Amino acid sequence: MKLYEFQAKQIFARFGIPTPRGEVASTPEEARAIAERIGRVVVKAQVHAGGRGKAGFVKVADTPDQAAQLARDMIGKKHAGLPINRVLVEETIEIASEYYLAATIDRTSKRAIIMASAEGGVEIESVAEHTPEKIIKLAIDPAYGPLDFEIRDVVTAAGFDPKAARAISQVAKKVYDVMLACDASLVEINPLVVTTDGQVIAADGKFDVDDNALYRQKDLAQFREESEEDPIEAEAHRRGVTYVRLDGDIGIIGNGAGLVMTTIDLVARAGGKPANFLDIGGGAQADSVREAIEIVLMDPNVKGILFNIFGGITRGDEVAKGILAGTETLDIKVPIVVRMAGTRAEEGRRLLEGTNLTPAAGPIEAAEKIIQLAKGQ
Amino acid sequence: MGILVGSDTRVLVQGATGREGAFHTSQMVEYGTKVVAGVTPGRRGTDVSGVPIFDTVAEAVEATGANTSIIFVPPPFAGDAICEAVASGLDLVICITEGLPTLDVVKAMRFAAENGARVIGPNCPGVMTPGEAKVGIMPADIFRPGNIGVVSRSGTLTYEVVNLLTEAGLGVSTCVGIGGDPIIGTTFVDVLDLFRDDPATSAVILIGEIGGSDEELAAELIGHGYPKPVVAFVSGRNAPPGKRMGHAGAIISGNTGTAKSKVEAFEAAKVPVEPTLDQVVQRIRGLVPAK
Repeated sequence: MKLYEFQAKQIFARFGIPTPRGEVASTPEEARAIAERIGRVVVKAQVHAGGRGKAGFVKVADTPDQAAQLARDMIGKKHAGLPINRVLVEETIEIASEYYLAATIDRTSKRAIIMASAEGGVEIESVAEHTPEKIIKLAIDPAYGPLDFEIRDVVTAAGFDPKAARAISQVAKKVYDVMLACDASLVEINPLVVTTDGQVIAADGKFDVDDNALYRQKDLAQFREESEEDPIEAEAHRRGVTYVRLDGDIGIIGNGAGLVMTTIDLVARAGGKPANFLDIGGGAQADSVREAIEIVLMDPNVKGILFNIFGGITRGDEVAKGILAGTETLDIKVPIVVRMAGTRAEEGRRLLEGTNLTPAAGPIEAAEKIIQLAKGQ
Repeated sequence: MGILVGSDTRVLVQGATGREGAFHTSQMVEYGTKVVAGVTPGRRGTDVSGVPIFDTVAEAVEATGANTSIIFVPPPFAGDAICEAVASGLDLVICITEGLPTLDVVKAMRFAAENGARVIGPNCPGVMTPGEAKVGIMPADIFRPGNIGVVSRSGTLTYEVVNLLTEAGLGVSTCVGIGGDPIIGTTFVDVLDLFRDDPATSAVILIGEIGGSDEELAAELIGHGYPKPVVAFVSGRNAPPGKRMGHAGAIISGNTGTAKSKVEAFEAAKVPVEPTLDQVVQRIRGLVPAK
């Protein structure tokens, strides 16, 4: 789950990481009121996408009127396809230098790492690609946490302003504390600013929370907002269905993430365009299979559905019952091709005999058949 | 023979009395796996499919001489279950549970590494040496013993490829499901190292997917010289960046974890990457001596 900049900064402040004075506004009037309290402000669109500055979604307002006008200009617009519902109105700061500081999970070392770079204010991916040596990484032993000297080493190696080294080291430790306390998979401060009067301030924040840990992060779970999600993905999420929307017209349903991804690849390889990823999971019951069809059909682009089932814990007859329940209770106007193998596949196939569902012996044949049938739609 | 599990494996099931745990305990027993103990706190003295239940892993190990654990406990408690198994001296811990908080996994892996235990998973289907032991949840009837090692991040794709192998008259030495999470105890590289020294394994099928760089590291290892043929498969070629494709670990972040990068790495190491599992099996058939 991604948090917005203003939410990330609220958490930073709670943990003692300095942030600019500011508040979030959802209307021009609120933006004006905040600017009246603060003075000269920067107005920043709240949206989960980079490149806001270049797109004109981060701007300075000298007066409360200007702040209100900027808020009016931004709220309701879209950036990178995502709606802007709020702006963050903050005091402006005098920048002497801009750094990068983050904590994340490193899959290879199997540890949390702190990353630091003097190349702040730009996308870290581009630094990683062109000058990876400018990113200093510290893998943290979870038994000890980051040791003071390790942090000093990082701050020194990154080439940060020595006068600010102490303050930056403190922020680095707190970034790790935040990660542990919030089950974050990413806590990123970019840029971490050293101001002309020597203060260290988190000027922007990115924050991802581990979805698997939301059960014990009740405070953060409240931050979840569906407005930015695709509406079908949001509905699937509410129902606990693993669904990702794609931009094609062949609905894909299968059991197991790898099998569904592979089915998508097979359909694309045969010249079709998959409309979604939907994994009914292991041991799915008939009702969740029926629900899967319902969700896939919420996408009006879908012209056909391909079922690819390889039964292990999942039973073919149970899936077949779910498909039949779908055809009986839902108004299905598109062709369905079913490929079924593994546990109770034969029983499942027998249940589907005599219906207008199209059987397929293997996944490749299934992909070819559904593409052909969908063309007639 | 084979790797990791075999006829000398004595299995302890953590979470044996839950719905999944009880079902798969009975399945493993039915297969002939030596399941010697189950653990569910507060349930000592009961049994599941004739397997005695204990309150703690330590007392179960003491009483039964279990040497391998399989974990079905719910995600909030599974990280601790891994540590409990490691602390009780088990040297192989297989975690089936999906949905563990990542920081719990980080801690458990550190604990396992410090104590010299091997963890498989989490979020995996387990390990099976056909004819000897099944320590997992895979459907046993599709397997037949043979000389091909299988290592995979995906459960269902593993079943699919094993079924194709069986249909082609081939068999499996050991099948290792390493799991679909971002942090896993045993990686492709680790399993390739084990297959290298296993006389029962003549060739290896590796099934990877988008996310992370474990496939690239495996390609690098093979590129430096690997004594057995390896055929690879990579799923998720059409996955959009930034979206989790079912598995917590199947996500392209920035420019890392793409299928393209993995396929290129294998090709650079002269490892054939086939576009379908049928072709994987056809290719491997040409590479192993017939049995």
